[in-house]
Amino acid sequence: MAEITYLEAIREGLIEEMERDPAVFCLGEDIGAYGGAFKVTDGLMQRFGENRVIDTPVSEVAIVGAAAGAAHMGMRPVCEMQFIDFISCAYDILTNYVATARYRAMLPCPMVVRGPSGGYVRGGPFHSQNPEAAFLHTPGLKIVSPATASDAKGLLKAAIRDDDCVLFFEHKYLYRRVKETMPSGDHVVPIGQARVAREGRDLSIITYSATVWKALEAAEELERADGLSVEVLDLRSLSPLDDDAIIATVRKTNRVLIVHEDTRTGGVAGEITARITERAFEWLDAPVMRVTAADVPLPYAPQLEDYVLPQTADIVGAARTIARY
Amino acid sequence: MAQRAATRPAITPNGSPAAPLPVAAAPALGRAEKLELYYFMRLTRTLEERLVSLYRQTKVVGGLFRSLGQEADAVGSAYALDRTQGDILSPLIRNLGSMLVQGATPLEILRQYMAKGDSPTRGRELNIHFGDVRRGFIGQISHLGDMVPVMAGVTLSFKVRGERRVGLVYVGDGATSTGAFHEGINFAAVQRCPLVVIVENNGYAYSTPTSRQTAARHLVDKAAGYGVPGEQADGNDVLATYDVTKRAVDRARAGGGVTLIELITYRRKGHAEHDNQSYVPEGEIERWSRENDPIDRYAAVLRDREGVEPQELAAIDARVQAEIDAATDTADASPPPQALDALVGVYADPPAVPPLWFREGSGAPAAAAAAERPAGWGTYDG
Ligand SMILES: Cc1ncc(C[n+]2csc(CCOP(=O)(O)OP(=O)(O)O)c2C)c(N)n1
Ligand SMILES: [Mg+2]
Repeated sequence: MAEITYLEAIREGLIEEMERDPAVFCLGEDIGAYGGAFKVTDGLMQRFGENRVIDTPVSEVAIVGAAAGAAHMGMRPVCEMQFIDFISCAYDILTNYVATARYRAMLPCPMVVRGPSGGYVRGGPFHSQNPEAAFLHTPGLKIVSPATASDAKGLLKAAIRDDDCVLFFEHKYLYRRVKETMPSGDHVVPIGQARVAREGRDLSIITYSATVWKALEAAEELERADGLSVEVLDLRSLSPLDDDAIIATVRKTNRVLIVHEDTRTGGVAGEITARITERAFEWLDAPVMRVTAADVPLPYAPQLEDYVLPQTADIVGAARTIARY
Repeated sequence: MAQRAATRPAITPNGSPAAPLPVAAAPALGRAEKLELYYFMRLTRTLEERLVSLYRQTKVVGGLFRSLGQEADAVGSAYALDRTQGDILSPLIRNLGSMLVQGATPLEILRQYMAKGDSPTRGRELNIHFGDVRRGFIGQISHLGDMVPVMAGVTLSFKVRGERRVGLVYVGDGATSTGAFHEGINFAAVQRCPLVVIVENNGYAYSTPTSRQTAARHLVDKAAGYGVPGEQADGNDVLATYDVTKRAVDRARAGGGVTLIELITYRRKGHAEHDNQSYVPEGEIERWSRENDPIDRYAAVLRDREGVEPQELAAIDARVQAEIDAATDTADASPPPQALDALVGVYADPPAVPPLWFREGSGAPAAAAAAERPAGWGTYDG
């Protein structure tokens, strides 16, 4: 079977789920007739009609809130944020209404909020964000961040089938840059399971989304130049985190570097570090270190964006420091 | 032909306007001012055309947003503000013309689009996302609607301090669907802030036609719900745009509070330069460009009613061209930002954040730059 892109894999996942379950429907800005700002939903309106692919006004609160109401009624809505940066407009309804619905009111909210996240694209401060940390801190929401095309498809299918709200953060840098042949059959990747993207013995890099590819590049370089055997753990799900996979890699290599594209303070890496310290402190031969974006809004100019975001060379340098420790 | 074009009501993709739109006269404006309106419209268009050629040369970093066919609404409305009184506006992505009226320079716009180190935001922000309070414009962010409550606060402070200043905020037809728009205009209305809210109905929000954005017959109908006066005008008639805005500005300055103005116009280019407008009905763009181009219409008005000679307009066109050529050369030669400048200016104190541990040794953040930081935070280049 032919290779398809990360973006096409998302579309394929949507189509398969919409065909499987008539309760699944999509809503968002410009997703129907236009096929979405990035064309993820291209052709879906023609295929499934206007009741299942709904073009909305510019109203993120209405998109997410209406999805919650429809989910209460047994529908399976998939919301698109045109850029994930606009999910902040729906922060209230997501964190207050959706995230608490099951707990406080026994109301299920099986819904997905998906959209393009991430930088490395000269998008400036409002078209490059990585909003996972704010939602990781909110009990009641699940978060996935696929790095590969097959995970994008498999996790989306799992997210749509999940009985709770799943935030599906796709990376726009990967949309057309990574390709893969899809596994055959009904390919569902369980939420909450990390993936060892590369086996190694000397040091572990724990990461997710676009920086998985930078970590893999760094691992190659470290192997070639330093003879270091580097394991790369692709988390895939951020909520819930796969604690067992994290602890397993710590026990295997005893040295950990955590990499993410989001800013440092209050980021996912801090949470992972705490979990490692709680459960596997005695297995560590070096402090857990982080390579992340600097704590600034993401600037637009290439010279600035490249400085702020983590680069492969940063990962190589940081890994060397940890390996030497 | 041109005379007729100048007086016919605007064509809207949603049907025709509620009442015949008034024929603009702008009695308050003298001949020199009327020529200045032409200058700013031409400056907007030619500057954007220059940006298109720079975009094709990949000198523009990121997307390019056009206001082709909407120059009159931005220029005419901004022109109704009083720059000697400290009025302030907040533009949106298609209001380059309003910023030029307030004193933004082609050089700033070019540097900004080209992500230069000496651009108004020093490479931090894109396109026309910048402002200068002293010259009377506050930069937008991408999140639609957010500037409405911000401008409610700007004008609230005018009111409580007893200043005779007025604010103006632009939103698109799409942005009227945001919660921020609703909360902002409602708050300003309740407080009777001296704020003019301009809804630019250009027929589309990205690919979504206005008919799919609102079930209201007209966006101006929303004014009643907020308890404020509402007026609709032909946004492609620069004098009509000026007149309707001037009435609202005068009302606001006199303590009359908020006015909602719907300007009917048309977005002739895609949402951004990459958009092929596949969703636009055939012939619609061509019809607007043929029958309702705001610059063509205004040139005819100047000729027929003001007796402006073609050479006068040609001289303005040439002046615009020369200004933009000079600005392009200067912008092209501008340096890119220094990487370490990325760490400067998140807070007033500390002026810079330190580099992260894995970047240590790559140099201290531009402490000197921080120390020299102008009070207006780099938004003014003289
Ligand atoms: C809150 C928010 N949601 C989505 C977007 C993405 N977006 C950018 S421009 C746009 C359409 C804007 O249409 P309109 O307000 O009519 O302005 P126009 O582009 O026509 O000038 C959309 C949906 C955004 N910028 N902000
Ligand atoms: Mg519009």
